[in-house]
Amino acid sequence: MSETQSTYNYKVVRQFAVMTVIWGIVGMLVGVIIAAQLVWPELNFGPYLSYGRLRPLHTNAVIFAFGGCALFATSYYVVQRTSHARLFAGGLAAFTFWGWQLVILAAAVTLPLGFTSGKEYAELEWPIDILITLVWVSYAVVFFGTIAKRTVSHIYVANWFYGAFIIAVALLHLVNSAAIPVSLTKSYSAYAGVQDAMVQWWYGHNAVGFFLTAGFLGMMYYFVPKQAGRPVYSYRLSVVHFWALIFTYMWAGPHHLHYTALPDWTQSVGMIFSLILLAPSWGGMINGIMTLSGAWNKLRDDPILKFLITSLSFYGMSTFEGPMMSIKTVNALSHYTDWTVGHVHSGALGWVAMVSIGAIYYLLPRLFGKAEMSSVKLITVHFWVATIGVVLYIASMWIAGVMQGLMWRAVNADGTLTYSFVEAVKGSYPFWAIRFLGGVLFLSGMLIMAYNMFKTIAGGKTEDVPVVAPVGHHA
Amino acid sequence: MSDFVNDFWNFYVVVIVLVSILACAVLLYVQSKGKVNQGVTMGHVWDETLEEYNNPMPKWWSWLFYITVIFALVYLALYPGLGNFKGVLGWTSAGQHQAEVAKVDAQVKPLFDKYLKMDVAAVAADKDANEMGKRLYLTYCMQCHGADARGAKGFPNLADNDWQWGGESAQIVETISNGRMGVMPPHAQLGAETIKDLANYVRSLSGLPADSVRVAKGQEAFATAGCSACHGPDAHGMHALGAPNLTDKVWLYGSSEATIIETITKGRNNQMPAWKDFLGEAKVHLLAGYVYSLSAGGEKK
Repeated sequence: MSETQSTYNYKVVRQFAVMTVIWGIVGMLVGVIIAAQLVWPELNFGPYLSYGRLRPLHTNAVIFAFGGCALFATSYYVVQRTSHARLFAGGLAAFTFWGWQLVILAAAVTLPLGFTSGKEYAELEWPIDILITLVWVSYAVVFFGTIAKRTVSHIYVANWFYGAFIIAVALLHLVNSAAIPVSLTKSYSAYAGVQDAMVQWWYGHNAVGFFLTAGFLGMMYYFVPKQAGRPVYSYRLSVVHFWALIFTYMWAGPHHLHYTALPDWTQSVGMIFSLILLAPSWGGMINGIMTLSGAWNKLRDDPILKFLITSLSFYGMSTFEGPMMSIKTVNALSHYTDWTVGHVHSGALGWVAMVSIGAIYYLLPRLFGKAEMSSVKLITVHFWVATIGVVLYIASMWIAGVMQGLMWRAVNADGTLTYSFVEAVKGSYPFWAIRFLGGVLFLSGMLIMAYNMFKTIAGGKTEDVPVVAPVGHHA
Repeated sequence: MSDFVNDFWNFYVVVIVLVSILACAVLLYVQSKGKVNQGVTMGHVWDETLEEYNNPMPKWWSWLFYITVIFALVYLALYPGLGNFKGVLGWTSAGQHQAEVAKVDAQVKPLFDKYLKMDVAAVAADKDANEMGKRLYLTYCMQCHGADARGAKGFPNLADNDWQWGGESAQIVETISNGRMGVMPPHAQLGAETIKDLANYVRSLSGLPADSVRVAKGQEAFATAGCSACHGPDAHGMHALGAPNLTDKVWLYGSSEATIIETITKGRNNQMPAWKDFLGEAKVHLLAGYVYSLSAGGEKK
């Protein structure tokens, strides 16, 4: 026991890290397929592979399979390294890996079959929801158990964010997925009408805020200073933006329901807190990017750092765009258009995927006993392919979205609408084609990464490394 | 009407919103008063190299944060947000919508009134009115009847000369205004053989290939099984009931033997929604004119 206690548990990190790349490819491939279906509707084959069923498969796969595995991998690595202790409850950690893979497989089977609760980003039916709950509670036990057995007195900032993400996601999942089952594959929400919509978007926006933001900020706070070899820019800033971020995100959900049956006062409250969110969000970006001050030259030759810092730029951009879009007047134009889709992807591809890719490139050689990735050059290629892909994606969606919004509201002098809906669809085709191309590029980058990963794994050692003694050992 | 079941929740919302906004500012203020030391680390090291500088928060960033907090408070004074408090400006989203609609309505009323006074055939013949009707059609009707108005399975073709409920202008206005419920009752009780005979007879009526023995038996059954009650003894249909003419080449659900058997066995339920309350008389009138123009005067031609 003392033998294993003196090493880090890298096995579970390795498993999650490899699956991050695999699920990234799967999820983004489904994304490319549904992007193609919008350009060429003939590609909808039968009910199982129709757009309506593949779209939730895409969102679940990229958020919970790709993003989820990246969060598990990095949080298990970071919490061990910064607690100077082996992961708590190794058996439970293994259960989180296999349980999470089972959730993903269940999603991949049930969503095309048409089993859905109809709640965006929470489509999975109740038996899978219960499995998610079991995995998540185990995750919390492993993570906080490791924090509890840390051999340093202070808890590193990355762990605050990971911890907040784990607790908040548990709360969101339990409340939003509350449902009354009528059979093994069908249930009805515990809420009705506008309350159901409000609970859904309280969940939906915090899925973005905690799953796709707080967790990845945790990732950022470890991998950026590590890769840059510089101290975090400002401890004070991290304290303020952490508490402000996790507090205000909880209020922002109603901006998804502007100009609906939701009472006006609720919409206003959602909007003002979304605006207050701007500074706390930018706090994370500033702390990450400014960490590089004094070491900007590293950005030139280090492709991992390129991924990490570019991801922060996209984070800053989309967290500026988000509050702007939450303003009612702007939302009246942007809502229901492709602008929203572009906004989500500047966050999802530009921020979440790029910071994960950077972190996984950092991890892979260390997990498989190598000095660096098999090909550093291919990381650079991946970086440029991915960046061009994101830019094509979000630029085309901005143009398409603003165009759609303007066409929908255009009115003739006689009070009739200038354009029928289908004319806006027709006008969107060229931009959907560009978006498809952007998606293909981003997916190609992931394939390059997979090749590089398997070359790095080949002949690698998978021995657990000894736990590092804390500096000064004052704990 | 209040959004709250009692005043406690109103009070609760007001307090929790204000406290939460102010808490953001207090957090920022208190932390900005903390001791900082530019370029010096906090003295903790994790994982060999991880450290944190005790740098101050950027000034511009703190101001950005304060400005959003101030904006939030001002917004809550002007607009609804603090529970039942309506805001100084008295704005509501419903009010904004009503004002915008009223403005456009007032603007276009003279035009609409002009066309409302003309009869449907005249509206159909008027180029400008017809364009307006077309645009309204492309907004409200094309989802079911198609951009070219040629319909789809279960949705009637409006561009031909066949009318299920009648093509007189008054009948078109009635169809759009109050909607229609088309019901073909199920006839499974007749048995599969008789239904097949009927299907062959119906096919023969519009000149489609059919089994002559079954056609003869079907013709007999048509009169005795009750079909003629709605479709008429000569199968020419009845507008008052929306019963289709079975002797023409127009098929709402399809002309294959299998489809006709399905129609007879299971029946059909169809609904054209009522638009009067949603669109108002003037728009319905313009739409009727457009639909009338599609078949260039309905049955008379």
